[in-house]
Amino acid sequence: MTTVNVPGRETSGQPAATDPASAPSGSTARARWRDRDFPRRALKHSAFLVGCSILVLILLMALIAPLIAPYDPYSQSMANRLVPPIWMDGGTWDHPLGTDGLGRDYLSRVIYGSRISLLIGTFTVVCSGLIGTTLGVLAGYFGGRVDLVINFIIMTRLTLPVIMVALAVVAIVGSSLTVVILVLGLLLWDRFAVVMRSAVMQVRNQEYVQSARALGCSTPYIIVREIMPNIFGSLVVIATFEMANAILLEAALSFLGLGVQPPLPSWGLMVAEGRNYLLFDPWLIMIPGFAIFLLVLAINLMGDGLRDILTPENRN
Amino acid sequence: MIGYLSQRLALAFLVCLTVSLITFFLLTSSGDVVSAIAGEEATPEQIAALRRELGLDAHWTVRYLEWLGNALRGDFGNSLFFRETVADLIMHRLPNTLQLAGMSLAVMLSLSLPLGMLAAFRPNTWVDRLALSIAVMGQAMPNFWFGLILMVVFALNLGWLPPSGSGTNWHFILPAIALGYYATPPVMRLTRAGMIEVLGTDYIRTARAKGLSTTRVLFKHALRNAIIPVVALTAVQFGNMLGGSVVIETVFGIQGVGYLAWESITRLDVPVVQAIMILVAIAYITLVLVSDVLNAWLDPKIRK
Amino acid sequence: MSKILEVENLRVDIPVGKQTLHAVRGISFSLSKGETLCVVGESGCGKSLTSLAIMGLLPSAAKRTADKLHFDGVDLLSASNRKMQKIRGNRLSMIFQEPMTSLNPAYTIGDQLMEVMLWHQNVTKAKAHERAVYLLEKVGITGAAKRMKQYPHQLSGGLRQRVMIAMSLMCGPTVIMADEPTTALDVTIQAQILLLLSELQREFEMGLVLITHDLGVVARIADRVMVMYAGEVVEQGTAKAVFEAPLHPYTRGLLECMPIPGKTKPGHHLGSIPGIVPSLIGEIAGCAFRDRCRHAREGCESFDRLRHDGKNHYWRCIMDEQETRGHLAKFTAGTEAAT
Repeated sequence: MTTVNVPGRETSGQPAATDPASAPSGSTARARWRDRDFPRRALKHSAFLVGCSILVLILLMALIAPLIAPYDPYSQSMANRLVPPIWMDGGTWDHPLGTDGLGRDYLSRVIYGSRISLLIGTFTVVCSGLIGTTLGVLAGYFGGRVDLVINFIIMTRLTLPVIMVALAVVAIVGSSLTVVILVLGLLLWDRFAVVMRSAVMQVRNQEYVQSARALGCSTPYIIVREIMPNIFGSLVVIATFEMANAILLEAALSFLGLGVQPPLPSWGLMVAEGRNYLLFDPWLIMIPGFAIFLLVLAINLMGDGLRDILTPENRN
Repeated sequence: MIGYLSQRLALAFLVCLTVSLITFFLLTSSGDVVSAIAGEEATPEQIAALRRELGLDAHWTVRYLEWLGNALRGDFGNSLFFRETVADLIMHRLPNTLQLAGMSLAVMLSLSLPLGMLAAFRPNTWVDRLALSIAVMGQAMPNFWFGLILMVVFALNLGWLPPSGSGTNWHFILPAIALGYYATPPVMRLTRAGMIEVLGTDYIRTARAKGLSTTRVLFKHALRNAIIPVVALTAVQFGNMLGGSVVIETVFGIQGVGYLAWESITRLDVPVVQAIMILVAIAYITLVLVSDVLNAWLDPKIRK
Repeated sequence: MSKILEVENLRVDIPVGKQTLHAVRGISFSLSKGETLCVVGESGCGKSLTSLAIMGLLPSAAKRTADKLHFDGVDLLSASNRKMQKIRGNRLSMIFQEPMTSLNPAYTIGDQLMEVMLWHQNVTKAKAHERAVYLLEKVGITGAAKRMKQYPHQLSGGLRQRVMIAMSLMCGPTVIMADEPTTALDVTIQAQILLLLSELQREFEMGLVLITHDLGVVARIADRVMVMYAGEVVEQGTAKAVFEAPLHPYTRGLLECMPIPGKTKPGHHLGSIPGIVPSLIGEIAGCAFRDRCRHAREGCESFDRLRHDGKNHYWRCIMDEQETRGHLAKFTAGTEAAT
């Protein structure tokens, strides 16, 4: 009985070959993920490349922030308040992006700010991804009453306004980086659950899963070995979009004063602080806002690209 | 159809009930509301008295049922901060929010529908690329930042429009653009995808074979079918705009429900927050129901 | 009889990457008023594209050229978009292959039927409604008034194709083009629909260009037959002439594939044509059929002209009439032997 897994293993690599129209996107995604063609296809997708490059640059910036930041992002200097950035009149190379209302070097703050955004983005996605995938896989695999209950949970979650709930929780519990990550992680799992649920439902009825079940494989085994690899592609794509979403939400929360607290250099918070100088020094909001825009743009471009590369039949 | 509808209604009701329970729990778990109201110098006796006065000493189930009973009658209690009932407070602010949401919806539709359709009609041309870049930019831009940029450029520098407040219709233009643009990308993408799919169908070829003009083929035969999923998404996006209004109303100082929510959350004005959350939930669920009904109405296959 | 449709040297080219697919390679034919022309040939031989090219409904990537393309006195090659729209669905209408998907799911049958008449002709809604009901009954749909209010998804494929036929008749066209109108339908319904089409054609005295696989039906309804192979016309003539004396080996091959009622015995093997259609990318020199032809010989690779017997029977083959008639005797004998 050494061949127990063979039918399942063999077909799982190429389940979409017979009927590309009805086959789940995830299965092809996996085939493509493993495909030797993947790098070639990725290299031809220019938007994906642009997104990846920007993201890698920002990641590097976050990792070696202490090495490249010219100043301590927290050290204030009342003598050097509101120095304009280099491209404006009065700008100096001492402070290429100028200084804020408390005389802190803006470039250093922007560099350190990338750490907060990336931290929040990553941990939120890990947290929400775990919750959403678990719920989605359970609902999709077991169906019936389990599905009914989980569907109800998803619907309830969708009905709660994310930004208000997040604001309220932070207001009650108190704000810190951890709280923001936890709140967003507990709120942003809906898309994972919805997509995973339908993906698993599709995969569940594929022949190779049926055959694994017929051969008496245990449920956890089937989920981990046969289903998860096939929905990996969709998972990666949603993860990128939710990461972008989390970064935008953190920025909004911090902007509204109920996210990351001063003096941490969160980009959203920097925009909020810059609001006081809106009339005469609008660059104070332009720079951190643009940083958020660039990071989210990079992640979205990468996500769009991954979707095109991994699941070409889903492209619209 | 009626069975389906009543089933959906029952589900919606259950979801609303659950949401009310969650918000109730969430907000009453913040124990120090009373001490916050009473002030720092209040004695334990005074705090206990205040708790009794506010009815906070009873068991949570009793309080919840009481709150629910009142809420069903439209009585959400009194604001802890304003000398007004919550219902009055919200009713006074609601018109501003509705005006903002309505105008944002108009901005969103007038951007996403024509651009999405044009992009589908002329794929891989400059129109298509323009539409795509507008969508990609819109998805990446924090809406509060975009709002501030609009304010800096059109209100502070050019002086064309007022920067903040909600006194006149002019006050709503910039916020509506900011909020509408924020909701545009998904709708535009779906319009484009739907149109491309429909334009490739056999019945569009039939319509052309009948000798109809391009405009008639596009607007009567293609749009009608491509619009079905867009309607559902628009309703959901309208719901999302209600959430987005918290940020945009705060940025532009519009005296609407979103701004009220933010003010009340920062002041822990629990009755107000509770009422707004449940109302937003009801609005959202109603919109989803409406989109279902619209869908059924637009798609003859579901109608029967 | 006056020529209502004249096509000369029609070509359809589709760019495929850096190469060009020549889907229709210079075909010429004409149609007289009230005549039925059947176009037969394998899938992919350019039959459908020919009809779409005449209608001006080719996909935008495809390029149409011709020496002459006249319909009822109008030069379709130079006709403006607006002029084409006035002709399409009005004087020249078309029935497509896929009845299941050719009707718009969002509108009622009645709406879609009446639309074409209201669009082209200055008639009242009541008048259009009346004509739609009349035509629905004409195409054999019972309870026509009720059907008018139904949506396409409530109708079977056969009914939908009848609706499509009725729709093509709404404006009283001079010519109808039908592109394999029955391929998607049940076998039992196929002949019914084709015969219905032929009856209506005679009743309304329209020209009919019918593209089909069904040689049995062709034999019954066609005035003239045009056989296409690899984007070219390989044989053309009156139905009687082509069926009695198929002068091109390909036509004979097609006829051998067809069971003849009362002649083909149960268990008897039908013929088949070995090999596959040549690639249509790039030019084909000489006879396109030579790789599959049992009479292929030296010279086929450069033979490229249409012979004719002086009585409107044209064929494209290196073998002259005399030699062909010799094979034909064997062919008929072969069929006789099967009896």
